[in-house]
Amino acid sequence: KDPVLKKRDDFEDILEERRNSSDLRYAFKCYTPVLYRGLTPCKAATLKSMVLQSEQLLHVINQVSAESGESTDVVKDEAAAILEEMAHRLQLRTIRFFAYTLSKAFKALYRSVCVNEEGIQRLQQAMQEHPVVLLPSHRSYMDFLMMSYILYTYDLSLPVIAAGMDFLGMKFVGEMLRMSGAFFIRRSFGGDQLYWAVFSEYVKTMLRKGYAPIEFFLEGTRSRTCKSLTPKLGLLNIVMEPFFKGEVFDVNLVPVSMSYERVLEESLYARELLGVPKPKESTSGLLKARKILSEDYGSMHVYFSPPVSVRSLAQGRINRSQFNLTPRHVAQKPSEETQAFVNDVAYRIVRLQQENMVVKPWVLVATLLLQSVEGMELTELMEQTSWLRDLARMFGAFLDWPGTRPLNSKVVLGGPVIRRLPVHIPIRQVEGPQGPETPEEALFNRAVSVLSCASYRNQVLHVFLRPALLAMALSNANSSRKEDIYSCFDFLRNVFSDEFILSPGASVQDFDEACHLLVKCGAVELLHQDVVMAESGRTVLSFLTLLLEPFLQGYQVVCRYLREEATENLTEKQFIPAVRSFAVKLHLSGSLKCYEVLSSDLQKNALNALIRLNVVRRDGLMSNQVAIVSSIHGMLIHSAFSLEN
Amino acid sequence: MASIGDGSERQRIAQQRLRVLAGHLRRLGAEERPGVAAQECRAGAGTTEPDDKPPCSVPKRRQDIMKWNGWGYADSKFFFNKKGQGEFTGKRYRLSGLILPSLKDWFEGTFGANLQHKSPAVPSLNTSAVAPPSLNEAFVEELKSTGIPFSHDTEDRVFRAHGHCLHEIFSLRDGRVGRCPDMVVWPNCHNDVVKIVELACKHSVCLIPYGGGTSVSSALECPPEETRSIVSLDTSQMNRILWIDEKNLTAHVEAGIIGQDLERLLNESGYCTGHEPDSMEFSSLGGWVATRASGMKKNIYGNIEDLVVHIKMVTPRGVIEKSCQGPRMSTGPDIHHFILGSEGTLGVVTEVTLKIRPIPEYQKYGSVVFPNFQQGVACLREVAKQRCAPASIRLMDNEQFQFGHALKPQVSSIFTSFLDGLKKFYITKFKGFDPHHLCVATLLFEGDREKVLQHEKLVYDIAAKFGGLAAGEDNGQRGYMLTFVIAYLRDLGMEYYVIGESFETSVPWDRVLDLCRNVKERIVRECKEKGVQFPPLSTCRVTQTYDAGACVYFYFAFNYRGLSDPVHVYEQVEHAAREEILANGGSLSHHHGVGKLRKEWMQETISSVGLGMLKSVKDYLDPNNIFGNRNLL
Repeated sequence: KDPVLKKRDDFEDILEERRNSSDLRYAFKCYTPVLYRGLTPCKAATLKSMVLQSEQLLHVINQVSAESGESTDVVKDEAAAILEEMAHRLQLRTIRFFAYTLSKAFKALYRSVCVNEEGIQRLQQAMQEHPVVLLPSHRSYMDFLMMSYILYTYDLSLPVIAAGMDFLGMKFVGEMLRMSGAFFIRRSFGGDQLYWAVFSEYVKTMLRKGYAPIEFFLEGTRSRTCKSLTPKLGLLNIVMEPFFKGEVFDVNLVPVSMSYERVLEESLYARELLGVPKPKESTSGLLKARKILSEDYGSMHVYFSPPVSVRSLAQGRINRSQFNLTPRHVAQKPSEETQAFVNDVAYRIVRLQQENMVVKPWVLVATLLLQSVEGMELTELMEQTSWLRDLARMFGAFLDWPGTRPLNSKVVLGGPVIRRLPVHIPIRQVEGPQGPETPEEALFNRAVSVLSCASYRNQVLHVFLRPALLAMALSNANSSRKEDIYSCFDFLRNVFSDEFILSPGASVQDFDEACHLLVKCGAVELLHQDVVMAESGRTVLSFLTLLLEPFLQGYQVVCRYLREEATENLTEKQFIPAVRSFAVKLHLSGSLKCYEVLSSDLQKNALNALIRLNVVRRDGLMSNQVAIVSSIHGMLIHSAFSLEN
Repeated sequence: MASIGDGSERQRIAQQRLRVLAGHLRRLGAEERPGVAAQECRAGAGTTEPDDKPPCSVPKRRQDIMKWNGWGYADSKFFFNKKGQGEFTGKRYRLSGLILPSLKDWFEGTFGANLQHKSPAVPSLNTSAVAPPSLNEAFVEELKSTGIPFSHDTEDRVFRAHGHCLHEIFSLRDGRVGRCPDMVVWPNCHNDVVKIVELACKHSVCLIPYGGGTSVSSALECPPEETRSIVSLDTSQMNRILWIDEKNLTAHVEAGIIGQDLERLLNESGYCTGHEPDSMEFSSLGGWVATRASGMKKNIYGNIEDLVVHIKMVTPRGVIEKSCQGPRMSTGPDIHHFILGSEGTLGVVTEVTLKIRPIPEYQKYGSVVFPNFQQGVACLREVAKQRCAPASIRLMDNEQFQFGHALKPQVSSIFTSFLDGLKKFYITKFKGFDPHHLCVATLLFEGDREKVLQHEKLVYDIAAKFGGLAAGEDNGQRGYMLTFVIAYLRDLGMEYYVIGESFETSVPWDRVLDLCRNVKERIVRECKEKGVQFPPLSTCRVTQTYDAGACVYFYFAFNYRGLSDPVHVYEQVEHAAREEILANGGSLSHHHGVGKLRKEWMQETISSVGLGMLKSVKDYLDPNNIFGNRNLL
């Protein structure tokens, strides 16, 4: 399957109409969405009582009451309180208010908000047929406001949105969000059986009744790096269960790719990754942040992928009759088969989100700049960008390139791209920060720039990831035999599977895909049993290897830290600051040039990978201690990494 | 069913009383009859028909009165007359000779069919297309010496080569005939069967028992891989009631008797079994036992396994039967349950002792309209919970309700049509029922008049709690009629490019709604995916209630114009529908049985250990697979 042949829809700018007609009239427009044909209409309040009276919940209430010795009434009240805290109160008035204010805000922030209308039509169709789950990518707080705004604009049913409890900390705003369809869940409720029961029953009831499309973020939280995060499975499990148990005929999952030219939180994220705490969500914080309204955030693209039917995905993979022998209101732990399936679906959805992410020119520019820290001539940059554009296109990237004459690249590039570059602060800083600073400050500022820049590069990583892993495997494998290269590829893929979206168990497919792409661009030749670098492949392969270099170096630093400095009773909490100061030390001594190792995201991923690979062990579930196991595997990692240098 | 509803209620009861009396008067004679038959058999002269043999509704030569390529009697069929109105021929049924004005519109509207587009069947069986019989000469020679009648006439063979699955009838209409039995034997009594089975074992002949031929599970299809001579063992001539025991209320009956004869003969003595499967006009007692049949009125009388007191079966290993007629025994696993549902794989059921009941004094139909299917199911569930189900209670979905209406005969007076209009207005406008969602439950009460009326009130009161409105006897009766004429209707459809079938399942109460919705939707979706050009008819009814669940019955039909292999498409859709049933917690079959059609799911249904148990029974009873129809296992 050739990714280039993938056909994608055209975009429409929804702000265009907003700039030409009254926002007030828009806010008060006649809103009559097409409804789910199996809908049993009910109010938000009835919904709550349905949940509280559901067999599922009553079963758990009785269980909890039996275990804790509390009377069922007390537990019931507790459940009611949880639901009260959680439940949304979607009402059209609030939506209309948001429609008005957001119109104003979006016009100030964005040049355009482009939506694929065919996707909207498919969505409308899907919403009539079966319950729909909207799964947008998550890069910004803007995401869910934007989703509801778009659905309102196109007269589609407004979603109910799973949101983190943090928003409730914001007086007034939290309640506003609640009234626009957000429901709030605690960030962690590990062992709380009652909480889980209320929450899952609430979501399932809405889904079964077709109350509204359900929206949540598979990634669980905003990605601070603009790189897709490993999907969380809890909610996905919940929304699929009604299908598994036959309560609905099908569930449609709709991946939505939201690509920002520049996210609102850009500079915050870089600082956060460097250890500056995330500002607490507060209303006053929001008001202070209004200065962002005066800045230019470019354009935004929202792509609604075709609905994915859970039924077709589950065909041949899930034996639904496994639920025949227990009453359906008794919660069962999902079987291994089911867990693996849900996991696969989650990865598939995230990959669909990635595929339809729109890549802007400066993403490529940032990618190139990060590879030559000393900067480069403008003309050279233009030439290389144009080269990279062609490569990216060949690898199936969804590029939004100004101009329509790709062959005459000089003309295309010379104009709009560079002129719009100053929108992005980091470039200038990469080229050379000035002023009297302490070395630490200088390092910090430089790191902010690099990490901001990296957040652009990260938006195109998914395009190059698999070929890049192969390129790296090619240069590290013991021979050019296909098996050797594959095993090296598989190893690297395994190491980085917390860092990037690499579906477990898809190693062979990924390898084939990587081979296919590298052969296509002429970088590699497949000879019988061997994979060899082609004469002309040097540029591509070295670009690809350099692309992953920062990650490789980052993981090495983490390994070095664990080997050289970590003490016996290191806790996970101490780990990040400790690695950071270790890296800072290396930087200041001049032995480390890589800035990305300072990112807490990379440090966490590296730790998770090491734990997953049994190189490092968590001692006890709660103690949070990290013990280092020098296993054979650990040696393996070390040797693979040292090969690289 | 043909007898019910003839004349007024009063007349009917009077007739019934008369029959009871007449039955009592004749009883002496009836008791002597079996003695004669038994003697004949012992004398080895079973070939001559006993003089006092009761008139049988099905002759040896089935072709004389039955269709060779469709359902039921040759003289009864639906057709569209020159004016395009539906009509039903013959004199046998309540609908016979009546005009059905709304049938055409329903038919064309539902299937996108057109009376101009016909798909006629070949007019008659081309006997030369049937492969000549491969006879086992030694077997035939010895059989001749026993005097048991047999035949290898082509028509006789073809009639016993099929049941009534869609693919079987479709092929026949096309003039295609697959592997046929090589000969047909008609034993007259248990001893004849014993001889036949002995000879079959001796000469290695494959036996396939044949009762009424109403199978819808490919159970009667001859396995094409069978190389031995296949002999169809037609039990239809073993059709006597051997004795009636009024003290214990049991009757001992030969297993070849068909439902309507059994009921008629028992009625003459003032009794009935109350076992009324939809196929009772043609299906046989032995067939009921061999497939675990279920009757419409099982709420009062029970299903076949509840009715049976004693069974005699001839197997290659010998005759199996219990030594007494105790009403319940704790003597290890009940051997009857190896026989019930054995689908002709273990032997031939020859004689059965059944429970009988006095004919009920009073019978009353009824119906309830519900605003939607959910409410209807909730009501049935409540009725089952209170254990107050009438003899029969069925809930038809909206599509089936409309189907039933298409069979409304021309109304005789303006007044009736005015009343109908008024009823419709009351329900849809005044009560606000959506005509596209409402559904109807049909009821049949039976028993003492007073108790029936009490019972009726109780059920209607429950129905009212679920928004149900009483909708009259007529609607109820028409609902039951539908199940008797549905197979005739399929023949009509096949004249106009419409093919269809019914299938059933049983399912726990809490899954009834989900299963109905998902299976219906799956059918619609599969049809679309398989290239069916028109939306199919996909409809269901909850047709039996139990303490822990219900039996659901589906009708599925579509217009196959534009498809190159309609039967294959049909089979794929039915297969998908069955998968959907199983995925939704439904059973493989409630009463149709497994046959060869649903064999592939047996292991998953009863576990491989369970399957092994059944296989070991088969291996013990029939190591050489004499009963080689290859059903079930």
